[in-house]
Amino acid sequence: MSKLPAAIVGIGQTKHMSTRGDVSIAGLIREAALRALDDANMTWSDIDAVVIGKAPDFFEGVMMPELFLADALGAVGKPLLRVHTAGSVGGSTALVAASLVHSGIHERVLTVAFEKQSESEAMWALSMPMPFAPPTHAGAGGYFAPHIRSYMRRSGAPDHIGVLVALKDRLNACKNQYAHLHETDATFEKIADSVMLWDPIRYSETCPSSDGAAAMVITNEANANRGKLAPAWIHGSAMRSEPTMFAGRDVVSPRGSRECAADVFGQAGIVDRRAEIDVVEMYVPFSWYEPMWLESLGFAEEGKGWMMVEDGSTQMDGDLPVNPSGGVLSTNPIGASGMLRFAEAAMQVRGQAGEHQIDGARKALGHAYGGGAQFFAMWVVGADKPA
Amino acid sequence: MRDVAIVSFAQSKHVRAQTDSNEVEMLMPVVREALDNVGIGMDRVGFTCSGSTDYLSGQAFSFVMTLDSVGPWPPISESHVEMDGAWALYEAWVKLQIGEIDVALIYAYSKSSPGNVREVLTRQLDPYFVAPLWPDTIAMAGLQTRALLDSGTATPADLAAVAATARRNALANPYALLTGDASVEDLLAQPMLADPMHVWDCPPITDGCAAVVIAADDVARELSKNPAWIRGIDHRIESQALGLRDLTTSVSTATAGSKAGVSAGGFDFAELHAPFTAQELIARNSLGLDASVPINPSGGALSANPVMAAGLIRLGEAASRISRGEGNRAIATATSGPCLQQNLVCVLEGSA
Repeated sequence: MSKLPAAIVGIGQTKHMSTRGDVSIAGLIREAALRALDDANMTWSDIDAVVIGKAPDFFEGVMMPELFLADALGAVGKPLLRVHTAGSVGGSTALVAASLVHSGIHERVLTVAFEKQSESEAMWALSMPMPFAPPTHAGAGGYFAPHIRSYMRRSGAPDHIGVLVALKDRLNACKNQYAHLHETDATFEKIADSVMLWDPIRYSETCPSSDGAAAMVITNEANANRGKLAPAWIHGSAMRSEPTMFAGRDVVSPRGSRECAADVFGQAGIVDRRAEIDVVEMYVPFSWYEPMWLESLGFAEEGKGWMMVEDGSTQMDGDLPVNPSGGVLSTNPIGASGMLRFAEAAMQVRGQAGEHQIDGARKALGHAYGGGAQFFAMWVVGADKPA
Repeated sequence: MRDVAIVSFAQSKHVRAQTDSNEVEMLMPVVREALDNVGIGMDRVGFTCSGSTDYLSGQAFSFVMTLDSVGPWPPISESHVEMDGAWALYEAWVKLQIGEIDVALIYAYSKSSPGNVREVLTRQLDPYFVAPLWPDTIAMAGLQTRALLDSGTATPADLAAVAATARRNALANPYALLTGDASVEDLLAQPMLADPMHVWDCPPITDGCAAVVIAADDVARELSKNPAWIRGIDHRIESQALGLRDLTTSVSTATAGSKAGVSAGGFDFAELHAPFTAQELIARNSLGLDASVPINPSGGALSANPVMAAGLIRLGEAASRISRGEGNRAIATATSGPCLQQNLVCVLEGSA
């Protein structure tokens, strides 16, 4: 046995908003899935199996919602898998779907991820009690703020770097018709002056809470040219996990992140990461995670990621554009956020990103993380079939 | 397809309420035992996958903490399904098919004791039209049981025979929770819980967990003297809407069984994940198993039903029996959702 080629031939996503009160959960996922099927020139009957992912079931108050969604997903009579790996789940879900093709078990797999956060108050679901620790934080920002502070201290990064990332992503999002936030009037001053939520994280350096879904059709080589556009080929895929509570772990640049990156770039045959990757869709729910992940993913030397932000390298016209879609900072249906990164990376190499397209993108990284920065999912996609 | 086998299985002593340990503490010795059985550490495990549900833990992201039970340091390649552990095993089996790794660890767990599992499981239902009515698992199974009885394919005595056999078989299973030697007549003499359901039609509320190691080709032969080879594995789902289904049969079980190669027959026994007595008969008929095939020598889910692990345990029990030489070919199934909505079928075979 060897790993068979797999390609992304159809991509769809919903219009993301704080409340998609116009659709049910089923309506939301079908909006994304039907767009992906249309893009793939396929119908429900072409699909062999469905892989769905989302973050905690408490977000919508439905336990294992894939069971009641079987009809809406066109999955009746077919295999249906449900993935949940915390914030990285959208990425992991795509990787499980890809594995069904890489292994030769199925030819055409539909993968969907969603969150309808307006059904509940996600912030408290993200305020996990830590064993043997007093409950001192509310929301994921409270958990991650000390990690960011630690990065700032280590790297000596100036305070305004986070503001620059937020400004870039919010303005990029204005070029993405599906993005939740369209803050056309965003300025450096407005973001810098926004209220401090979890020092050093300001309100405008934080992701929104969104309703939304993403979907992709992943196929084997025989079906790779059925879509409306040329496919995006999967050049590498990797997942890593490490414990939440372990004194030996580095929360600023987790070993799982570095090893996952080494694995995925190794599979893709990439040696000079910054030179060979054309665009990155990175999981940045709080602005400071852009420089932190730039270093952890090996695009910048340790302590120097923030310089790439400051000199504009990660802008759409920089040498390594990061999150031209506007990223998680502009759209965050948690369970779908990772799949949106993976899908946006594939859209770039297929040349279908519209106004936020990076000209000539041939190779892209899709990245997601979750839990206490302890779950990682990544794929490298390319316009060319892997050698 | 690459040859992949179950080479190790371990489970907790199932109890009504595991009050002296949390999920991690419950899992750790079981994961350890599964690895020790084949003399390996986490360094030999290429992929880890688990199955559990936040709704029984009562906490979002509950699986994040239970990952501690495998000691994921250095970092591991790992995934989680919000499904019974049998589907975690399926995901791991897919990984092994790709051919890059040879060994995977699967675990699953739940504690039903802290809450009211009957009410919790109503949250699986359509949130717009069904869940607001809170129809619980026993009520839903009652509809299915009534449909089966009315179809004339089973009698109350047939249901009691399923329960009596499960309890008697469980006498030989040191991990089982509910055992006994009541006769069919004894059971039928008990009062109804709610027509047509007796208490003995229902599974015991259970806290417990299980772990399995699977391995490919020569690695499986190295780790086990008699690996239980996965000759076929498939899973299918049906609509959740009960009104759209014939509850007296299980189309998803039949389809998955057909894809897994059940029609070749020759089974020495079957481990069927059927939490209610009528469901065992329905699953058996849907797989085309004749009366000569013993069902659930372990006692099945009617003797111990740790939700999210009970399906994986059927696969593990079947594999252990094969590895011990107590049969060479078996069917094992897992189910999820109301009234057998989603089913996985696995055909296991020894080398004898």
